[in-house]
Order: sequence, then structure tokens, then C-alpha cells
Amino acid sequence: MSLVPHVFTAPPSPSVLATVGYYEEWWIQILKAIVIFAVGLQLVPVVLLAERKLLGRFQSRYGPNRVGPYGALQPFADILKLLTKEQFRPSTSIGFLFALAPLISILTAVAALAIIPFGNVQDIFGTPVGLYGIDVSIGPLYLFAFGAIAFYGIMLGGWSSGSKYSFLGAMRGAAQLISYEVSQGLALVGVIMTAQTLSLTGIVQAQAGMWFVVPQLAGFLIFLTASFAETNRTPFDLTEADAELVGGYNTEFGGGRFASYYFAEYLNVVVVSGIVTTVFLGGWLLPFGIHPPGFLDPFVVLAKMGLVTFLFIWVRATLPRLRYDQLMSFGWKVLLPLATLNALVTAVLVVVTH
Amino acid sequence: MSSENPPRPAAPVPAPSPATVAVTAWSPGADVVEVQRAPAPGPTRSTWRTFRETFRGLMTTLGRYREGPVTIQYPEEKTPVYPRFRGRHKLHRFEDTGLEKCVGCSLCAAACPADCIRVVAAENTPEHRVSAGERYAAVYEINLSRCIFCGYCEVACPFDAITMGHDYELSDYDRTDLIFTKEMLLAEPLERTPLRNEGE
Repeated sequence: MSLVPHVFTAPPSPSVLATVGYYEEWWIQILKAIVIFAVGLQLVPVVLLAERKLLGRFQSRYGPNRVGPYGALQPFADILKLLTKEQFRPSTSIGFLFALAPLISILTAVAALAIIPFGNVQDIFGTPVGLYGIDVSIGPLYLFAFGAIAFYGIMLGGWSSGSKYSFLGAMRGAAQLISYEVSQGLALVGVIMTAQTLSLTGIVQAQAGMWFVVPQLAGFLIFLTASFAETNRTPFDLTEADAELVGGYNTEFGGGRFASYYFAEYLNVVVVSGIVTTVFLGGWLLPFGIHPPGFLDPFVVLAKMGLVTFLFIWVRATLPRLRYDQLMSFGWKVLLPLATLNALVTAVLVVVTH
Repeated sequence: MSSENPPRPAAPVPAPSPATVAVTAWSPGADVVEVQRAPAPGPTRSTWRTFRETFRGLMTTLGRYREGPVTIQYPEEKTPVYPRFRGRHKLHRFEDTGLEKCVGCSLCAAACPADCIRVVAAENTPEHRVSAGERYAAVYEINLSRCIFCGYCEVACPFDAITMGHDYELSDYDRTDLIFTKEMLLAEPLERTPLRNEGE
């Protein structure tokens, strides 16, 4: 497989943990951060609305269509409703953890947004600017690090509520997140071996000939399935399981704190669809030799993210929730061996073809 | 079961010999239905089946998506009613003379199982002629908060003076507003309920 040379020039010395592929002046960095977070956070209400509308359509009904034109202001109405509610806290809860847990959830979701590449380095008014937060040489590791911290948001939230239902939900969530993170990571290993880089922009550029969804189809499916579990979405939404656990880890949360959890959940969907786009669907690259002008790159990425999000919602509309033992046996007995096999086969193929 | 219990009567089925025991360890009675199960599919088949069934499920929901919503946007669109739908009552007049059909006979009130109709009759005079008969309904009230929409009043009426209309939006904030007087019942309803077409 021919590798497109990516932006890394010097391999990191052993004393350096990670290098940054390309970086600009500090003020451009700040501007970029503001733009990315402004756009990224605006995606959340869009996804929220899209989910409710699409779920409605999948169930032969209109979604919300009363607030604003075509119900477009529904997410704002939802958020406003939550924010104006009382900040309720049970007397058995542990105060500062109870307040901290939703913040952890939202912070980890936002942090992952920083390294999703929305485009190549572009020439903006004579200044070359990379259309990403930062291009680190440890992209997937960074993602998994924050994914691992995200589980504290759920775990602490459920535990500090001082409620049995919340605690059960949190325990389920912790077990689920840990189980599926392994498969998710292993599914990504195949891509990393094929691309020979850990930089997300490097991974995108390695897909110039062919998107990794084709050679890494098994990895793609495993990653997608594990991502459903990682973002606590159906069919793996056992942390919430409204029918059994009256809401799971966020039972005792109300008002703004619940809004934070809710927000983090949908931001996670955005982030994961961004990662799937970057890693498997060729990022800003288009097939059939189409090379749009560089300023369209972010829109290409956003369109692909939209498609992945549609898939997320579609699956949610289709599949029922798994039973807990089914979840665990699927994660450990099916997904993990498959991911391992995928990584092994990829490793052999990479060595043989090189 | 404790050992003090008397021994059970001998089972009707004679005890199987050791040879039969070896062949059939457990023989269910005639009333036990044996569940036939297909052999468990192998890894390839089950993987294939998993993907196929998941895909089939996805196609099912996509089919619902493509069919479009079936929702009737209620306050704007209304469910059309059948011609014989029993909604709010209507009182009728003769179209040619404009006289009320109701003669105040109170048969509707007598037929009403919910006792929601009140009729007070008065004599027609040549100067003040309201109905075609001898008497007319001076007061005709239906308490729609009690009415069960059974349609017996309509059946009981000898002059077809009262019929069940098609209005079903009858909620109000005050119970007294649900007592419909003769004028209200004689008047044409403000908003007409759509009528279902033939074969709809």
C-alpha cells in the first residue's frame, strides 16, 4: 500500500511523549479553538433535533414541529426548560462530586473535539492554517484517554447521587464502557497499522487511494458497534435503561446538570461520528478523484459526520435494547475476538505487503 | 415431603425395567409437547443470520421512514367522522316555514338514560307560534357534561326534531357552559367537522 507522505518530518525522540505535526501562531490557535468549539457545540442541538425528527419519521410520525419553523427551536426549548428548573440535589448525595460529574462528562466530550481534523492545511489570507484543533502524533491515544475519563463522569455521577438505581446504572455503564473500549481500541489498531501513523491527519492522508472502510471493513463494523456502546446509545443504552433503571446514572440529576449529561451524550455522538469519518471514511477526501477546493473540506467532513449520525439514529430506531448478559457476552466473546483477529490479520498483511 | 406421609398409591404405569431406563431416561407423558428445535447454526451461519436480520430490521424502519408520517395534526387537521357518528345534538326547523320541529313532548327526556335533557313545554298561540304542533319547547336544555351520546333521544323523537350532529370538540372550562340551550342547539355549529367520504 502506497503511503502518502504526511506532515511529520522528524520522528519523536524517546524523551518526547508526543509531537505536533503542524502548528501556527498562538493567536491563530486560539481563534481556531473558538471556531471549532463554536461550530462543534452548535452541532449538538442540530443532532438533538435531527434525532427527534428522524426517530419520529422512523416511527411513522412527525417529530417535534411546534416550536419555531418545522420545530427547529425545539432543542433550545428543551435546554431552556432544563436550565430554568431547580438544581435538585438528594440529601444522600455527595455534594462536590455530584456537581463535578456532569462537568467531567461534558469536558471529556469537548476535549475529543480538539483533534478531529476538518481539513488539510489551508492558505487563509496568506497564512497557512490547519483546519483542526491540533494535530498531535498520538491522536487515538488522546481519544481513548479522554474516553476513559468520560467513564468517571458516569461512575461518579451515579455513585455520588446516593441512589441505588443510579448506582446500578453507573456500575452497568462502567462495565460496559470498559468492555467495549477494548474492542474499540483494537478495531482502531488495524487502521493505525495500515496507515503507519497515529496522527489523525496522517490517517486521513493515508486514505487518499482508498478509504479504510474498504480494507478495514471488519474493523469499521467493530468500531461502529463498540462506538454505539461507548456513547451509551441503543442497542447498548443499558446505563440509562429507562424501563429498568428509571434513567440509570442520571436519575437524580435535574435541571442544568441533567442538561450537561444530555449535552455530553449528544456531543459524544458528534465526536464519535467525527472519529469514524476521520478514521474510516476518508475525512475530507472524496472518492473518484474529486478534489474540491480546500475551503470545502470542513463541509465534506460535516456531511460525512451527518451520514454517520444518521446511521446512529437509524440503528436507535431499529434495534431494541440488549439484555445485560447479552451485552457482556457479545462484547467479550464476539466483538473482542473479532477485533483481535482483525488486528492480527491486518498486522500479517501489512508485514507481508511491505 | 416428610417421611410421615402415607406411601403414595402405586403409579398406574408399571415401573420400567432397567433395560428401558437405560434407553429413555425421562419419558414425558402424552400431554407434554416436545419442542422441536432446529440445530444450532454454526459460526458462519449465525454471523450471516445476525447481519441479515439486522439489515432486515434496518430496512423495516427505513420503510416506515419512506412511507411518511401517518399523524393527523389534530387542531389543524381533524379526523373525518362517519355520517352516523353521534356527536353534539342538533335541533331542527322546518325549512319552508321556519317553525321548530320540536313540539315539547319530552319523549327525548324520558328516553334519556343519563337524564340530561330538560324540556319545559308551552302552548303555541296564534300570535306567538313557535312550532308546528300544539305546544313547543319553551326550554330545551341538554347537559352535555352528562350526555353519553347514546342517541336514544334521536330514536325517541317522533318528529325528527333532534338529531345527533358531528361535533365532538365539546370541552370547556366551566360545567355550566356545557349546558346547551335551545338557541345553541338550533344554531348551525360554528366549525364543521369533516365528514368521511364514501369508502374512506
